[in-house]
Amino acid sequence: MLRVLFMLAWRNLWRNHRRTFIMLAAIGTGVWAMIFMTALTRGMVDQMISDGIKEMPGHVQMHNPEFRDDPSVNNLIALDDAELAARFEDAEFKAWASRVRVPAIVTSERDSRGVTLLGIDPVSEREMSFVNYDDVAGRFLESSDDKGIVIGEKLAEILETEIGKRIVIMSQDPDNEIADRGLRVVGLFTASTSATEETYVFMGKKTAQKMLGIEGATTEVVFLGDDYRNVDPLYDAVVGKVDGNVEISRWYDVNTYLGTMMGVMDGFVLIWVIVIFLALSFGLVNTLVMAVFERIREIGLMLALGMKPGSILGQIVIESMLLLAIGLTIGNVLAVITILPLQNGIDISIVADGMEMMGAASMLYPALYANDMILANAVVLILGFLASLSPAWRASRYEPVEAISKV
Amino acid sequence: MTAVSCIDLCKTYRQGDQDIKALDHVSIDIQEGGFVCLSAPSGGGKTTLLNAIGGLDIPDSGQVIVAGTRIDNMSKGDLADLRLRQIGFVFQAYNLIPVLTAQENVEFVMQVQGMAANKRRDRSFAILKEVGLEGLEGRRPAEMSGGQQQRVAVARAIASRPALVLADEPTANLDSKTAGELMELFKMLNELHGTTFVIATHDQRVMTFAKRLIRMLDGQIVEDIDQRAA
Repeated sequence: MLRVLFMLAWRNLWRNHRRTFIMLAAIGTGVWAMIFMTALTRGMVDQMISDGIKEMPGHVQMHNPEFRDDPSVNNLIALDDAELAARFEDAEFKAWASRVRVPAIVTSERDSRGVTLLGIDPVSEREMSFVNYDDVAGRFLESSDDKGIVIGEKLAEILETEIGKRIVIMSQDPDNEIADRGLRVVGLFTASTSATEETYVFMGKKTAQKMLGIEGATTEVVFLGDDYRNVDPLYDAVVGKVDGNVEISRWYDVNTYLGTMMGVMDGFVLIWVIVIFLALSFGLVNTLVMAVFERIREIGLMLALGMKPGSILGQIVIESMLLLAIGLTIGNVLAVITILPLQNGIDISIVADGMEMMGAASMLYPALYANDMILANAVVLILGFLASLSPAWRASRYEPVEAISKV
Repeated sequence: MTAVSCIDLCKTYRQGDQDIKALDHVSIDIQEGGFVCLSAPSGGGKTTLLNAIGGLDIPDSGQVIVAGTRIDNMSKGDLADLRLRQIGFVFQAYNLIPVLTAQENVEFVMQVQGMAANKRRDRSFAILKEVGLEGLEGRRPAEMSGGQQQRVAVARAIASRPALVLADEPTANLDSKTAGELMELFKMLNELHGTTFVIATHDQRVMTFAKRLIRMLDGQIVEDIDQRAA
């Protein structure tokens, strides 16, 4: 029986070629739009998260419990460098680093700016930093006691300074006295957003500790795991190695904006897919209603010959599913062949200022996930099935005598 | 044996603000192997009676018994099953499924019945040959003449070997030569397979083929003639 239903559904699908092709074009375009736009949005959000995590950096961070509310040098981590090394040196983290992170003011002979001073060990942060050391104009820091300073290109532009010139970095020590030091700019880094280039300056960790009068102490320890979507194992491992006098945070606790973005993205994709499908469904239902209306006599004939109403319903639903399956195939293929050539990124610098406000970069890399494609296909098939039930049900309820005699 | 028995059938249709009595206390018995023509002018009730016998329409009152089973109180599903397994239909027009070939149309009922593919194919080829359509098995209805289409419909009606074939104005859209050939085919099948035929018509030429002629007028049987005796 199923075979005859499939045969009838398939052949009926191609009875009105033009209508079927128009509907396939609509479904294909709709599915393409679902997947393509989802890939763009995913790509943007993924990059925002990825850049955000690199800026923090790390998937898990450790601070003094007061530090996130008051990120000053007064809120140091109770463990000094030696103790931290003893606890984490043998741990199987992908990477970890302790650092000094304090607010500061940087001044050139032309201008000054409020910045975040990062005192780092460049060797241990290489893997997790948002700065590609090799792309730095000039050079990046070489060790913890490097005497140079690396700033962003944007900040250099604002301060009207350049490599080789000296600038003054100023902050407070634990006694609330001014701590400052003149340093030569040894490198200019670039980042995905100019805001990042403007915000961060890098010093050697020991140099920063010495300037701030906190030798051996840090304000932040960062840990990198394998997957930012699954940070709990890393979090648990870190928690297992420290006592209660520090605060351990996952990346989405530190940057709640990014955490929320990730959380709402799945919901957004689902809503987007459903909205497009709703637009498609009018065409689908209309096509099926027309198909049923045109075949009312045939349906009456099949019922008169002994076909059960359930089989008529099944035939119309199968026809709808075949239409959707072909449309989905077209849409999926279109999506893949239009997204793959864009894997090297789409330059959206024309709207970069607006995008930067959301933390997005000026290059957009579409992210095509199998799960998103499965979701789009499943939504279309499931909702398409439900949408086809109404015309199919009507067709199955015809009285054979009345249907045969319809003019 | 009685193939069909109708007892005191009544059916009234509402047309505008008028009630039309399509069947007015109709009672008939049709024996197995019968070749019966129901004759009436338009609106005389012959199609309504045919539909009642075929389980396509439910009478307001009275009983319809087909092959010993009362069908006027059956569920829709049971009626569909009865039509599928025990009754063959030939309608006036729109008899065939346009997207199926002649052979597939003939196989349709057998396929819905669940008959094995090779058995269906053998039987459909044999029957198409029997009705004179050998070589046209792969044609779709649109590629055949009206007479050929009716022959395919007849082939489909008898392919599953039903005890009863109901034909509603089967020659209405055919020229006289083709109509005569179709009736000869009915007669041959009736004699060869013993299939009971009930044909609703107002075509005088068709009536001459019938063993029994039942004339109706305004929903009542007005004449019942055994033409074998005539």
